[in-house]
Amino acid sequence: MASEVARHLLCQSHLATNTAYMSSPVSDNEQKQKKGNTRSLTMSGHVGFESLPDQLVNRSIQQGFCFNILCVGESGIGKSTLIDTLFNTNFEDHESSHFYPHVRLKAQTYDLQESDVRLKLTIVNTVGFGDQINKEESYQPIVDYIDAQFEAYLQEELKIQRSLFNYHDSRIHVCLYFISPTGHSLKTLDLLTMKSLDSKVNIIPVIAKADAISKTELQKFKIKLMSELVSNGVQIYQFPTDDETIAKINASMNGQLPFAVVGSMDEVKVGNKMVKARQYPWGVVQVENENHCDFVKLREMLICTNMEDLRDQTHTRHYELYRRCRLEEMGFADTGPESKPRSLQETYEAKRHEFYGERQRKEEEMKQVFVQRVKEKEAVLKEAERELQAKFEHLKRVHQEEKMKLEEKRRLLEEEIIAFSKKKATSEIYQNQPYAAPGGNPRRDKDRKNSNFM
Amino acid sequence: MDPLRRSPSPCSPQASSPESPPCEMLGYVGIEAVLDQLKIKAMKMGFEFNIMVVGQSGLGKSTMVNTLFKSKMWKSTPPGLGGPTPQTLQLHSVTHVIEENGVKLKLTVTDTPGFGDQINNDKCLRPLDIEFLQRLCRTVNVVPVIARADSLTIEEREAFRRRIQHNLKTHSIEVYPQKCFDEDVNDRILNSRIRDRIPFAVVGADREHMVNGRCVLGRKTKWGIIEVENMAHCEFPLLRDLLIRSHLQDLKDITHNVHYENYRVIRLNQSHVLPRGPGWVNLAPAPPCQPSSPGLTKVCRWAQDNSDEDS
Repeated sequence: MASEVARHLLCQSHLATNTAYMSSPVSDNEQKQKKGNTRSLTMSGHVGFESLPDQLVNRSIQQGFCFNILCVGESGIGKSTLIDTLFNTNFEDHESSHFYPHVRLKAQTYDLQESDVRLKLTIVNTVGFGDQINKEESYQPIVDYIDAQFEAYLQEELKIQRSLFNYHDSRIHVCLYFISPTGHSLKTLDLLTMKSLDSKVNIIPVIAKADAISKTELQKFKIKLMSELVSNGVQIYQFPTDDETIAKINASMNGQLPFAVVGSMDEVKVGNKMVKARQYPWGVVQVENENHCDFVKLREMLICTNMEDLRDQTHTRHYELYRRCRLEEMGFADTGPESKPRSLQETYEAKRHEFYGERQRKEEEMKQVFVQRVKEKEAVLKEAERELQAKFEHLKRVHQEEKMKLEEKRRLLEEEIIAFSKKKATSEIYQNQPYAAPGGNPRRDKDRKNSNFM
Repeated sequence: MDPLRRSPSPCSPQASSPESPPCEMLGYVGIEAVLDQLKIKAMKMGFEFNIMVVGQSGLGKSTMVNTLFKSKMWKSTPPGLGGPTPQTLQLHSVTHVIEENGVKLKLTVTDTPGFGDQINNDKCLRPLDIEFLQRLCRTVNVVPVIARADSLTIEEREAFRRRIQHNLKTHSIEVYPQKCFDEDVNDRILNSRIRDRIPFAVVGADREHMVNGRCVLGRKTKWGIIEVENMAHCEFPLLRDLLIRSHLQDLKDITHNVHYENYRVIRLNQSHVLPRGPGWVNLAPAPPCQPSSPGLTKVCRWAQDNSDEDS
């Protein structure tokens, strides 16, 4: 519980500045001020809900935090090194090649823990950014990636059975844009990229490898960069100045953008301490020395002071914008025709009707096509049937004719047979007649008769 | 498998994303400063809390609310002088903003004058109470309270409490803190202790009296002064601590992550069976395999979450 107490005390100091001008909650008289429908009451004793912020903090500790950083910059500009230095860890990563044909985004998630705060940190790197000869499509994959994370969240939000509190939020909370330390001005690619990202993500531009620029050049460079951003209408992230506790520091930091940073995980002995630094023959550039570079300022602003605001802005501004555009694309609107307010359900209902109508129509169409086909097939079959019938008739006729012919032949043949038999009978009678005198030779007649039959 | 570990609480993270390697930081970075950032944001936005008190008038509901928040939320109606009990249940809300040490709380209290039978002193929960509680427990966090505990002796109180607990258990009424939302051992221990004492026997009072030189909130009777904030006299401090000092955020979280989500699922799936209100539109009818009773949905929900996780 010691950390609890410590944190409570730390917060109290913040609160002290906040509540200095507020009246004491313990008072004898009741004061009622009408604030619309709600009245302000003063309590007559200690109730105990001042522990509410602590209850909230406890819940957040249990849940853990999620933070997603997108690093945009050319290969070799020092993105991975800076992230390592910011979080004081050696994240595993390999040096990228310079020869990728397209820009790819590579995301890695790590679990960090500091006292009882658990942070799920996702670093998204642009691999191959600015390496191609044709730089036109360099920033589109980045925009697509950011949109994809928004879309995933939106899909989860719109599910019927959803679990948002379980959802691993992958939406990008901040984009660190690495500017080359040329000392001159922004490159066109930088301008175009930042312009296409500024309405989708919080952009914090940083000047990378700042040990390559001298102090005087750096000042001029910063001024030039900021004026170019402003004149091109690029909206970078402004540290919030509405809360008194951090307004002053944030405002002053806003004036020192872009931060000129140096990253290094190598340690060099300076004095009697080992510090993170880059060693040159002519001297040592110390990362955490505010005279040498703005690294400490970046870490302060990014992590210690404004991490929650970055997450908040991402959700309430950038994501809301994406959501609105997307839902309007899908055909939803808050006001229907005649500008009357229309609920989401009404839109669903209208869409459902439309969908059913469409489906009905398609069904009808298909039915028609089907009926048509059936008719055609029927016709074809009928035709075939008719042909067969005709053939059958024809064959039958032919057969009939044949039969008749054969019948005729048979009749003729039979007539011939009868004629022949008659002739034969007649001829036999003629043969027997000359032998009618007495004494005739009956035997010879008989023999003759018989031999006729042999 | 331990049933208490099976279901994830709405307030704890799930490993729904692939396992990420834990990294050792070589020094202080300042990540824990995010807690202060959270606090500042919360203080600026203020907090909200909505509470509903249910029970027959005359039980001391208004006095109880006034005592809880140490202010005149309601003008407590003296017994017997109220009008005739209305025939239908009317809901009556009042909102106040109270502040303590810079923390602003917008509190809305809803009263239900005209609600049926009371939890009587010498009876158990009646069928009406049971039916009501069963339905209520599925849609909202319910904290039962024995009102007017000043007419019970300590022994009677304990006996009554056990009877009620037995009744609740028999009818599977899950009151707050619900067992299935205990996240870890510490929670379970803490909440078991609370569950053992529910329903709290409370006495409400908004008048101060002098007792042994101290000024205390209490009820003055012929036979003594019942000190509201004295644990020996009644369990009001337990109720107050549960509701306000330790579990307020948890109550809100469960309402948001469980009850509202359940309602949302039902509403989006089966709106054609819900009563029609203004602007009501019939959404697509539910597919035949959906569960029909809302009570089951809560339990099924966690099982489904687990299966989503596994798939």
